[in-house]
Amino acid sequence: MQKSFDTPKIVTIEKVVDETPTVRTIFFSDEMLSKVLPGQFAMVWIPGINEIPMSVMVSQENGKAAFTVRKHGLATTELFSKKVGDQIGIRGPYGNSFTIKQGNLLLVGGGTGLVPLIRMITFLKKSDNVTLVMGAKTKLEVFFEGLANKLLEGTKHKVIVATEDGSYGEKGLVTDVMTKLFQENKFDAVYTCGPEKMMHKVVQIASENKTHVEASIERMMKCGIGICGSCCFGDVMACKDGTVFDGVTLLANKEFGYTHRSKSGILDNY
Amino acid sequence: MSPDISTRVGQIALERPTMLASGILGISLDVFGRLYKEGAGALVTKSLSKEPWDGYPNPTIIGLKNGYLNAVGLSNPGAPYFAKMLSQNQTIPIIVSLVGSIPEDFTFMIKQFENVKILGYELNLSCPHVEKVGLEVGDDPELVHTIIKSVKKESKVPVLAKVGLGSSDYLETVRTACESGIDGITAINTLRAMAIDVETARPILSHKIGGLSGPPIKPVAVRCVYEISSKFDIPVIGCGGISSWEDAVEFLLAGASAVQIGSAVGEKWTGVFSEINNGISKYMEKKNYGKISEMVGIAKKF
Ligand SMILES: Cc1cc2nc3c(=O)[nH]c(=O)nc-3n(C[C@H](O)[C@H](O)[C@H](O)COP(=O)(O)OP(=O)(O)OC[C@H]3O[C@@H](n4cnc5c(N)ncnc54)[C@H](O)[C@@H]3O)c2cc1C
Ligand SMILES: Cc1cc2nc3c(=O)[nH]c(=O)nc-3n(C[C@H](O)[C@H](O)[C@H](O)COP(=O)(O)O)c2cc1C
Ligand code: FES
Repeated sequence: MQKSFDTPKIVTIEKVVDETPTVRTIFFSDEMLSKVLPGQFAMVWIPGINEIPMSVMVSQENGKAAFTVRKHGLATTELFSKKVGDQIGIRGPYGNSFTIKQGNLLLVGGGTGLVPLIRMITFLKKSDNVTLVMGAKTKLEVFFEGLANKLLEGTKHKVIVATEDGSYGEKGLVTDVMTKLFQENKFDAVYTCGPEKMMHKVVQIASENKTHVEASIERMMKCGIGICGSCCFGDVMACKDGTVFDGVTLLANKEFGYTHRSKSGILDNY
Repeated sequence: MSPDISTRVGQIALERPTMLASGILGISLDVFGRLYKEGAGALVTKSLSKEPWDGYPNPTIIGLKNGYLNAVGLSNPGAPYFAKMLSQNQTIPIIVSLVGSIPEDFTFMIKQFENVKILGYELNLSCPHVEKVGLEVGDDPELVHTIIKSVKKESKVPVLAKVGLGSSDYLETVRTACESGIDGITAINTLRAMAIDVETARPILSHKIGGLSGPPIKPVAVRCVYEISSKFDIPVIGCGGISSWEDAVEFLLAGASAVQIGSAVGEKWTGVFSEINNGISKYMEKKNYGKISEMVGIAKKF
């Protein structure tokens, strides 16, 4: 029997937080989404506009959840412009999640790809040693640094920011930072989410260093529930078999890092 | 000896009676290969058009308390692109679903697949939510006749017609299809339906009206298979709400030579084909059937 949460449920936006000039986090109450595993997503209905996949963000409040959206095309711009009191529809949670390992853990993310990694942090043990590397083009686009430090308070941890133009933190790409970290450290697992070219590099570096790695991948999603096929990624469906895959699976998938499908299903290059 | 679950739909021979229905996951050869390995007897592609279609904006597919509602808008990468992708295929039993408005649309697409290894075509005369194609074609007997005539002339492989319940008597569409030389009938497509969100008072699908699939349509589909196979001497493939071996057997008893599974793939995932195949096999053993054909349509004797 199917679960009733595949029909959009209307929730009201209760709070909006500006993260950068183009990124906002919107908060709402929903018991089910407040408890999702790191990497899971919801389909978000912006009535009259579209319905799009969004990772579920932590809210730090019981029974509440959030989305962190970057203004991009029509749907994300509409979602970004929602105000307190506005209504959106949600269905989910969908997809699998990161496997939670222990020990010396490296999290590498960029942009709204940080969302599942921030949720991941809330599932880790006090005894874990977490290093979070977050990338942005420039200082203005850095977000979640304070939140990550706050969530990791009282544990052995490091939050490293890398900007491409060097206007904040280390200059360069997150993968440059990652390479340096691997010269001096051993990690028990690496988790990544962000632009696919970045994830591809992260998976390669981790694999070269014989370290377990998992990435949460994005594909065009229409149904989110394994029916339409639009999120097809090699012979798997991102929405149902993923969104999280391990490094071995990813490196065997010829689409990873190179191609994704358009709305009609045509393969395009990244 | 374990029963033989291979079957025939007219000239189309299948190793197993469970096929993937059109529009479900069907956009890449890799996925077809996986589903074949996991037990599907044949794979029907998404309905292809002459050119790529993006489909409607979301929401295009939602789950209901029971069943699913969709108005995807026949998004597909287009027949030429698809034919190129399938040209590498050697071993996977694929049926190509086609959608169009006029005979020339179909003959153009069939040309693309001339040198591609496929089992046959399925003409979509029954999509309920796109204008000028699908059901709007199926509801016009004259058009059905000229399309099937021209497709049959061009095609070197068997041609099936997929019917649904539109605004005319679907049995008349089947009659026209049979008289025009069709090789088999797939019944049924989704049923026109809609859902409205009570909080916002809005229709949920962007296209407002879509098609209902899954368990709620099964009794309707069983009735159609029963009626078609009773009235016409034509092989039938049953489709609509099949999610267990009992459902599949019900269609076989009603007169279907094979079945297609759509929505249940989302619910039970890719293991659904082997689960149903195994169930059919056990049932045949228990009832002492050696072949699928021994049970096809036997409910009609009562
Ligand atoms: C599992 C998953 C989680 C995501 N989480 C977040 C998140 O937390 N925050 C965030 O800002 N963004 C997230 N995204 C991306 C977001 O869904 C897309 O940016 C959004 O759908 C674009 O819609 P648009 O109308 O603004 O842009 P459009 O102009 O329609 O498209 C811009 C680009 O976005 C991508 N896109 C468009 N439609 C879809 C779709 N239905 N599914 C997937 N990608 C699409 C395509 O690459 C397209 O080229 C996530 C995507 C996936 C698959
Ligand atoms: C999302 C979705 C897309 C579909 N697309 C097509 C299509 O392109 N062509 C077609 O002939 N049928 C299409 N169908 C109809 C199915 O092939 C099938 O006839 C219908 O869903 C009933 O079977 P089910 O209850 O097993 O899903 C689609 C159904 C769904 C749910
Ligand atoms: S989004 Fe439809 S199958 Fe994954």
